[in-house]
Amino acid sequence: MSTLPVDAAAPRARVRRFVLGSGRPAWSALVALVALVVASPVLSVASSALARAGSPDLPSGVGAMVATTLLLMLGVGVGTLALGAGLAWLVTAYEFPLRGVLSWLLVLPLAMPAYILGFVFLSFLDYAGPAQTALRGVLGDDLGPLPVRSLGGAIVVLTLTLYPYVYLMARAAFLELAPTAYDAARTLGADRGRAFRKVLLPLARPSLAAGLALVMMETLTDFATVQYFNVRTVSVGVYLAWKGSYRVDSAVALASLVLLFAVAVLAGERLLRGGARYAQRGGRGRGLERRPLSGARAALATTTGLVVLAAAFALPVVQLVSWAVAGLRRDPGRVLDERFADHLSNSVSVAAIVAVACVLLSLGMAHALRLGGGRLVRGAAQLTTFGYAVPGAVVGIGVLGVFAGADTLLEAIGVEGGTGLLATGSVIGILYAYVVRFTAPAYQAVDASFSRIPAPLTLSALSLGARPTRVLTRVHLPLVRPGVAVATILVLIDAVKELPLVLLLRPFGFTTLSVWVYELASENFWEEAALPSLLIVTVAVGPVAFLFRQVKLVDVNSRVG
Amino acid sequence: MTSALTLTQVSKSYGGRDADPAVRGVSLDVSPGELLTVIGPSGCGKSTLLRLVAGLERPDAGRIEIEGRAVAGDGAWRPPEGRRVGLVFQDHALFPHLTVARNVAFGLDRLPRKERAARVAQALERVGLAHVADRHPHELSGGEQQRVALARALAPGPAVVLLDEPFSSLDENLRAKVRTDTLALLRESGSAAILVTHDQTEALALGDRVAVMRDGVLEQVAEPATVYEEPVNRFVATFMGEADFLPAHVHDALLTSEIGVVSTVPGWGGTDLDVEVMLRPHEVALEVDPDATSRVVAVEYHGAFVLHTVRLGSGATLRSWQQHGVRHPAGTPVAVSVVPGARPVLLSGEVALSAPPEAARRL
Amino acid sequence: MPGPVRRRRAALLAVTAGVLAASTAGCGLFGSEEEADLQVYSARHYDLEAAFEEFTDETGISVEFLYGDDAELLERLKAEGDDSPADVFITVDAGMLWNAAEQGVLQPIDSPDLDQAVPEDLRDPDGHWYGLAMRARTIVYDPDAVDPAEFDTEDTYAGLGDPKWRGRLCMRDETASYTQSLVASLIDLHGRDRALEIVRGWVENDVQIMSNDVELLETIDAGGCEVGISNHYYLARLLEDDEDFGVAPFWASQDGAGTHVNISGAGIVESADNSEDAQALLEWLATDGQSAFVDANHELPVNPDVEPEPLVASFGEFERMPVDAAAYGSLNADAVALLDEAGYR
Repeated sequence: MSTLPVDAAAPRARVRRFVLGSGRPAWSALVALVALVVASPVLSVASSALARAGSPDLPSGVGAMVATTLLLMLGVGVGTLALGAGLAWLVTAYEFPLRGVLSWLLVLPLAMPAYILGFVFLSFLDYAGPAQTALRGVLGDDLGPLPVRSLGGAIVVLTLTLYPYVYLMARAAFLELAPTAYDAARTLGADRGRAFRKVLLPLARPSLAAGLALVMMETLTDFATVQYFNVRTVSVGVYLAWKGSYRVDSAVALASLVLLFAVAVLAGERLLRGGARYAQRGGRGRGLERRPLSGARAALATTTGLVVLAAAFALPVVQLVSWAVAGLRRDPGRVLDERFADHLSNSVSVAAIVAVACVLLSLGMAHALRLGGGRLVRGAAQLTTFGYAVPGAVVGIGVLGVFAGADTLLEAIGVEGGTGLLATGSVIGILYAYVVRFTAPAYQAVDASFSRIPAPLTLSALSLGARPTRVLTRVHLPLVRPGVAVATILVLIDAVKELPLVLLLRPFGFTTLSVWVYELASENFWEEAALPSLLIVTVAVGPVAFLFRQVKLVDVNSRVG
Repeated sequence: MTSALTLTQVSKSYGGRDADPAVRGVSLDVSPGELLTVIGPSGCGKSTLLRLVAGLERPDAGRIEIEGRAVAGDGAWRPPEGRRVGLVFQDHALFPHLTVARNVAFGLDRLPRKERAARVAQALERVGLAHVADRHPHELSGGEQQRVALARALAPGPAVVLLDEPFSSLDENLRAKVRTDTLALLRESGSAAILVTHDQTEALALGDRVAVMRDGVLEQVAEPATVYEEPVNRFVATFMGEADFLPAHVHDALLTSEIGVVSTVPGWGGTDLDVEVMLRPHEVALEVDPDATSRVVAVEYHGAFVLHTVRLGSGATLRSWQQHGVRHPAGTPVAVSVVPGARPVLLSGEVALSAPPEAARRL
Repeated sequence: MPGPVRRRRAALLAVTAGVLAASTAGCGLFGSEEEADLQVYSARHYDLEAAFEEFTDETGISVEFLYGDDAELLERLKAEGDDSPADVFITVDAGMLWNAAEQGVLQPIDSPDLDQAVPEDLRDPDGHWYGLAMRARTIVYDPDAVDPAEFDTEDTYAGLGDPKWRGRLCMRDETASYTQSLVASLIDLHGRDRALEIVRGWVENDVQIMSNDVELLETIDAGGCEVGISNHYYLARLLEDDEDFGVAPFWASQDGAGTHVNISGAGIVESADNSEDAQALLEWLATDGQSAFVDANHELPVNPDVEPEPLVASFGEFERMPVDAAAYGSLNADAVALLDEAGYR
C-alpha cells in the first residue's frame, strides 16, 4: 500500500474525520449512500407535505389519536415484555413437561400476520362467533355483547402476534449473558428470582430494548388490527385522512407524526440500552440451570405455554383450516386456483431477494461503523431504520415519489423517457420499498451480533494487514453468523407477510399470497381467503423453525462453554 | 470446635457415562479462619471443587457440610444463596449495571437500610476503595475490581470464602501487593478460605495448608513446607517446584548416585534398594573442577540467583541455584555435590518412600 | 478448513438459486410485457375476470387488470403520469371517480351509447367517468325482533336516532368508505348541522360498531343487535348461502329522499394508449355486459333496461336517492370530521 505524503494528507484527514469519523472513507460513504437511498422515500413524502401551501393542518381529534396510540404502545409494550420475557424465563429456568417443544413452538406466532390474526380473532370473539355463543349457552341469552372491539382487544391481539420478538431476544440474552454474574448473585445470597430480577434482567436490557423497539414500530405502523378493533391510532388517522379526502398529501402531516413516534421509540431504545458497557460475557460459569418443576407447578407451567400457543397460533390455524374445509366443501372451484404456485413463488422469491439485500446492507453498515464511523455515519445508519416505523402504504407512495422525481430529473438532463415505468412496471419498485421498510429488523439483529465482537479483534485483524473487505469476510462475517441468520429470517417472515407495498407497487400479473388474501378478505370471503392465509403461515413457519434452531444453537453453546 | 467446611467422599462428573469425573472422592476439612490453597494443573477439577462448595454444582456422591450443617449429600441440598459462602471469581464477575457500592450491598439485602449502608462503607473502607463507591465497575482498574469483588464476597460475613484464581487477571507487579492485601483482609475477616491457584509460589506463600489436586483427586493436603519438602509422589514433587531425578542406591542408610554420596538416610539401616532421588536446584552445589566430567550447559540469570543447568557424564541433567555473582559460563567443567544437611526425597516408581519397604530389608 | 468453505459455497449457491428462481418466476420479475390490448386498474375485484373474459369472447379485445385500493391506485396513476400502462380506471366509489376527474387522471369521452345507458346522476356531465354498478346502503333488521312498521319511512336513517332504537343498533366503523359516503350524502341532503344531529342520535342510542358488513349481519342473525345499515349485496350473499338467514332488508326513506346508493364506475385514463378499445369496454359494461358485471355480486345494474338478478329483485323495487358525486367527493372529508365530532367509533 502506498502512503500519502503527510502534509498533503493532514487537512484532508481533518475534513474526513469531521464528516465521516475516523473510519475508512469508502465504507463510511457506503453507509451514507445506503442511508440516503433508504431514507429518501420517507423524505420525499415529508417534503411534498412541506411543498404544500402553508402548513398542513392536523385533523381534529389528533390529540385523542396520539393518546390512543400512546396507550396502545404502552399496553402492547408491557404485554410483550411480560409475555416475551416471562415465557423466555420459564423455558430457560425451569424444566417441565413439553418444555423443549414449547420453547420453539412459542416462536410460531411470528408466522401469523396481524391482519389475519385480527379477523380470525374477531370472528371468533364477536357476538356471533363461537366464544360468545358458547358463553350465552352457559349464562343465558340475556348476556349482552361483550366489548371485544376495544383498545384492550387490540392490545391482546398485538401482544399475541408480537411477543415473539421479545421472547427471542430475551431467551438468547438469558442464555448467553455473563453466566458468572448470575453465579455471583447466587453466592451472594440471591435466590433464583432475585438473581433474575436484579442481575439477568438488567443485563438483558439492551436485548429486550431491541426487541421492544421492533414491537413498538410494528405497533405504530399496524393498520389492519387496530382498524378491526376500532382503535383510532395515528396510523388509522393517516388512512382516514388520506382515503377520506382522496388526497395523500392531507395525510402527510399525520404520517410525520408517526415518524416522530418512531424517533421517540428509537431514542427510548438508546436510553434503555444505556451508556453502560454490558459487553461482559462468557466467563466459565454455567449460569442458569433449569430447575425441575413437579406436580401442580409443572402443570401450570405447561398450561401457560400451551394457552399462549393456542391463543396466538393453534386456534387461529384451526379456525382457518375449518374455513378452508368449509370453502372447499361448498365450491372447490372458487377456493383452488391454478395460479397458486405462481403467487407462492412470487412471495417467496421477492422475500428471498429482499432478505439477502437487507442483510448485505446491514452487514456493510455495521462493518463500516466497526471500522470507526463518526457521528454522521452513526446517524446515517440510524436513519435507515425509520422505514420500519412508517406505514407501508406511505412508504409505497414515497417510493413512487422518488421514482417520479428521478424520472423528471433524467428527462431534464436529456435522457429520453426517464426511468420509464421502472417503479411499477417491474418488481424493482417493490424490492426497493421492501428494502426501505425491512432494513431496520435486519440491522438490529446484525448490529446486536456485531456488538458482541470485542473491538480488539477487529483491530488485531487490521493490524495483521487484512484490508477491510477481508476483515469483513474472514473475521466479522463468521462471527456474526447467528445475527445474520436471525436477520435473514426476520426479513423473510416480514416480507412474506407484507401487504400494502405489494398491493400498491406491483406490476401487472404480479400477485403474491398476501395480495391474494387481501383480494378475498376485503370482500369478506373468509372461507376462500383461509387457504392462502394458511399458505402464508406455512411459508413463514419454515424460517421460524430455522430461527429457533439458531436460538437452540446458542443454548447448546452456552451449556458447553 | 466444628470445622468451617467438611467434604466427605465428594464426587462430581460432567457429561456422559464415559466421562472422567471432574472431582473424585474428595475429602477435606477446613477449620475456621484457615486459608487452604488448592493447586493443580488446569482441568484438574479445582474450580469444580469450588463450585460444589458454593452450591453452583450438585455432587453426584458424597457429603458437604458448612459449619457442621449438611448443605449437600445424603438428601440434603441448600441452594447457593443459603450457604453462607462467598465466591470471588477469576474475572471478578462484578455486576456491570450496578455501582461499586451497590455491588457490595447486593449480598446485604436482608439488613435494614441504615445498617446496610454502614456495612458497605466499612467493607469499601477496608479495601481502601471508599472513594469509588459511586463508580461503575468498568471505570475501575483490574486491581480495584479485584478488591471490590473481595469486599463484595466478604461483606455478608460468609463462613467460607472461595477465591477462584483471583490474581490471575492482574499484572505481575500489581499481583504481589494485591495478594498481600487480600491475605490481610481474609485474616481480619476470620472466615475460612479456599483459594484456587495454578501458581505454586502463591499456593505456598498464602496457604496455611496446601492441597495439590490432579485428575479430580487430592494428591496431598499438608502444610506448605511439607508439600514442598516431603511430597508424596513424583507429581507433587515436580508440580510444587523445580525438581530433577537421578537413579540412586541405598545401602545401609547411605544414599549414593552418579554424583557420589548424596546423603545418609536415617532409619534405612539394613536396606539395599535401587531408588530415584529428587534434587531441587537449591540442594545442588557446584564447584569448578577441570577434571570433572560434568559440564555447565545453560546459565539463566534470575537476578538474586543464577540458575545453572549441568549435564552429568551419564547424560542426566541437574539444575543448581548459585548466588548472585556466581556465573559459570556454559562449557565449564564442574564437580556436582549435594549441599550438606539436605534430606533429599527418595522415590520408588511414582511414589515417594518415607520408610524402607519391607521387601528391601536385608535381615 | 473444508467446513466453512463448503458452507459458504452452499450459501452462495442458495442465494444464486433464489435469484434465478425469482427471475424465472411467473412473469419475469424485471419488467413485464404488456400482453393484453387493454390494461385496467381496478379497485373492484369481484368477478371482474369472468366479465372481461366474456368481453374478450365477444369483441376479441383482451383485457388484463390490476387490483388495488382505489385511493392508492389514484396516487399510483398520478405518479406514473404519462408512463402509466393503465387505460381504464375502475373504482368502487362515486366520490373517488369525481376526485380522479378533478385531479386530472381521466379523459372525457363522447359516447352516446354510454350517455343513453347510464342515468344522468350516475355519470360525469363531461364524460370523464360512468357509473357501471350500483349498491344500496339500506336498513337490515331481525324480523323476529323488529316490526318494519317501526321504521320512519320518510327519513329512515335519521329515524334510527329515535330513543326507541336504543341498544338495538349495529353499524359499520367510521373508517369504512360506505359509512363516510352515507354521511356525506346526509350532509348534502340536510346540511351539516342536521347531519351531525342524526349521527349523534345513533351514538346516543349506543350503536355497536362493526368492522365489516358480514359481521354486522351475522351479529343481527345471532341476536346481538336488531337493526343495522348494510350494503344490500352482503345480505343477498348470505341469503344465497343460507335461505333461513334471519335478517331482512328494508328500503330506507321511501317516502322521502330515497335509499342511499353508491356506484362502482370507470373512466378512461388520461394517458391511455388505447382509448378506442377502452371506450368499447366501458360501453359493453354499461349495456350487454351489465349482467355479467353486476349479477354475480348481487349488485344493481345502472342501466334501467337491465333487470337485477332474481335474489336482489326479490328485495323489491325501491326509490334511490340521487347520486351527487361532486358532493360525495368534496364532502367526504367533512363526513370523516363529523363522525369524529359526533363521537362515532
